[in-house]
Amino acid sequence: MVEWTAAERRHVEAVWSKIDIDVCGPLALQRCLIVYPWTQRYFGSFGDLSTDAAIMGNPKVAKHGVVALTGLRTALDHMDEIKSTYAALSVLHSEKLHVDPDNFRLLCECLTIVVAGKMGKKLSPEMQAAWQKYLCAVVSALGRQYH
Amino acid sequence: MNDDCNDGDDDADDDDDDDDDDDDDNCSLESNYLNVNMSLSSKQKATVKDFFSKMSTRSDDIGAEALSRLVAVYPQTKSYFSHWKDASPGSAPVRKHGITIMGGVYDAVGKIDDLKGGLLSLSELHAFMLRVDPVNFKLLAHCMLVCMSMIFPEEFTPQVHVAVDKFLAQLALALAEKYR
Repeated sequence: MVEWTAAERRHVEAVWSKIDIDVCGPLALQRCLIVYPWTQRYFGSFGDLSTDAAIMGNPKVAKHGVVALTGLRTALDHMDEIKSTYAALSVLHSEKLHVDPDNFRLLCECLTIVVAGKMGKKLSPEMQAAWQKYLCAVVSALGRQYH
Repeated sequence: MNDDCNDGDDDADDDDDDDDDDDDDNCSLESNYLNVNMSLSSKQKATVKDFFSKMSTRSDDIGAEALSRLVAVYPQTKSYFSHWKDASPGSAPVRKHGITIMGGVYDAVGKIDDLKGGLLSLSELHAFMLRVDPVNFKLLAHCMLVCMSMIFPEEFTPQVHVAVDKFLAQLALALAEKYR
């Protein structure tokens, strides 16, 4: 189980309080698809992803960005049982969606950069550390059920 | 992402009957990037030069912040700075060294057409004297990207992000050239 200090919990909550999921979700997924174009492989049914502009304007991408970020937020209410919280989602991503778990890490990197853009210097080094630890725990849990 | 996910916390939990040893692997930043050569197009080189030029008034701040974040988010990197009185985020030696590193990165922008050739002596320094594990180049690059996004949120578009990310990866490769 991941151990959290009181300060880390506060930092993670503080970051989430600054995130508008409807804005940051789409931005993070769009950025991921642009910066790591091989991630587009999972979105063949999403329509036009052929240019950066197409990705930025694609409504399915935007909608899925919200879904993904909402899923990432789930752990906030279950910080002491992250593994079990994501067990079913891990199975889904492995057995049904066949997503290479490295992609979770790529999306989270892009999310951190989007969050940094929104928060500026308010994202202190200590907050960034706690935030990345949180994302790391979620990424780990999502990859757990792969076999 | 944190290279050492839970800082060993998972190992301390005896009640957990799952095998926790492979938890860390999913967060490893080094992945395959250091071994995969994704060259910059001429458009991306121009994007990098343009953004770095825009950034130049804040480059010291970005360098100082980036190294502060490296030691905060990846505390194992402090192992390279055991000779400093204070290697905590925001400390004077950390900020000063961050500025030095950023200076090196700017220098590399000027050598973007031949990073391996241009960074030969820096590579020798890192390989034979400093012996910094190259995995840390990727960790610092991530922190630099975060700082660029923080300080230039409008300019650090996905297009700039991918170009700078590739550049920093190429820079890391060039620095690691002489390692073995």
